[in-house]
Amino acid sequence: MRKRLAPTRRRFLGLAGSAATISVIPIVSLHPAEATPETMAAAIRTVVGGAVVQTGKVKLDIPPLVENGNTVPMTVSVTSPMSADDYVKSIHVFNEKNPQPNMGNFYLGPKAGRAQISTRVRLADSQKIIAIARLSDGSFWSVSADVVVTLAACTEEVM
Amino acid sequence: MKLTGTINVVALLVAAAMAIPPLAATEIPPNERRSGYTFMAPDTQAIQDDDTANPGMLWVLDGEALWKRKAGAAGKACADCHNDASATMKGVAARYPAFDKVLGRPVNLEQRVNLCRARHQEASPLAYESRDLLALTAFVAEQSRGMAIAPDATSELAPFVAKGRDFFMRRQGQLNLGCTNCHDDNWDKHLAGSAVTQALPTGYPIYRLEWQSVGSLQRRLRNCITGMRAQSYDYGAPGLVELELYLMSRAQGMPIETPAVRP
Amino acid sequence: MASALINVPKKAKRGDIIEIKTLMSHIMETGYRHTASGQLVPRDIITSFACRFNGAEIFRADLFPAIAANPFVSFFTVATESGKFDFEWIGDNGFTETASATIAVE
Repeated sequence: MRKRLAPTRRRFLGLAGSAATISVIPIVSLHPAEATPETMAAAIRTVVGGAVVQTGKVKLDIPPLVENGNTVPMTVSVTSPMSADDYVKSIHVFNEKNPQPNMGNFYLGPKAGRAQISTRVRLADSQKIIAIARLSDGSFWSVSADVVVTLAACTEEVM
Repeated sequence: MKLTGTINVVALLVAAAMAIPPLAATEIPPNERRSGYTFMAPDTQAIQDDDTANPGMLWVLDGEALWKRKAGAAGKACADCHNDASATMKGVAARYPAFDKVLGRPVNLEQRVNLCRARHQEASPLAYESRDLLALTAFVAEQSRGMAIAPDATSELAPFVAKGRDFFMRRQGQLNLGCTNCHDDNWDKHLAGSAVTQALPTGYPIYRLEWQSVGSLQRRLRNCITGMRAQSYDYGAPGLVELELYLMSRAQGMPIETPAVRP
Repeated sequence: MASALINVPKKAKRGDIIEIKTLMSHIMETGYRHTASGQLVPRDIITSFACRFNGAEIFRADLFPAIAANPFVSFFTVATESGKFDFEWIGDNGFTETASATIAVE
């Protein structure tokens, strides 16, 4: 997804130097919507309700400086015996500056063996990512990470 | 730093005589060359390393299916002439762009596929950057994975390599930049947050994170040239193929990584 | 045309914790991009992914536009018996894809 930094500047620079373009619809983003710390908090509340979210047990592996905001590898793991009566039920990942606060929900169970998921996400801007785990005993645990996202140096003006 | 006319002619003659062209004044010495892979963060390298997690492999698999699909008025599939690609296509991508005798100039892999389609399958050309063409070229190039890049040593290619080198060295565009200014002189530095690499196309067509798709070297070059604020070439233009040819000769000896993942 | 790449170990010992990696071809159009003329490019994403083993669900995920194109999802499961994994992706505009893989557990 396109970063929202100075979209009009990008369009100007894009139109300034182009030669023959590929015959696809040029796509630019014009001031897209943005989540805020408040909408992220609201999205988190939808998942945890009124429960207290404690920090700990969860580990978020995400590069502190991303190679490219369009595809950022991310791994969330939770310390848990993953036994029949003590396991991770689900993992929820949120962000504060993409257009939407939710990124993904992952539902595990005692047969998972290891509470760890990996995926690749899009990050629109430098921001905080929060991962929350729901355990079988109803408790919630979280971790956050700050990620720096820079615009790629030479981007295309049309897709 | 520009080569004078005399030195240019001598360089051409030596290039024609030897398999390995001599260094232009600012080119990276062979033992200092590094693939774009080495400039990436470990997380991104991991995406390339695992065939089952490398999105570029989705295109390779598509290409494998297309290889067997009949096409054109002649109703032939690539496999009908070329049989098992893992045998017949081994080493092909490593020596492209290659000289086409009929056209009298080098053609890249994409053009070779379309020439085959026209000449042998009586099929219409696949559009540049179309999913099918990218899939086929990714599939063919993957058959050379791990093999050393070895552009044809024929003397016929030498003048085209020289033209590609000229372009690479020439200052142009609104910023008066030559490719060499970044990719030869400043490859150990960063431009904004991105590492400046050495312009060694070892893994094309690549899965570029910025595109979230596989794309060809020509797409990347058009992007680079526009990024320099210079007039870019159209897809398939001879000048662009010459630049591809020069860049592959720059990477001579380095292993093919297709399908590579790059930021 | 290949749509999915699955990595499941072909065999495992009972009790082994195995990693399953999945890759699905999909543009994951966010619904936030616009054309140059200002029109919104509508959302077109995979919204859910599920994995069943011998019919019982062992993993499920809700995906949002923040998941990158060609979504990669990996997770773990305990090898208990031989059998078949069934994977299903469901998304906007009636998108549905399936894949499967077998495992021999001794």
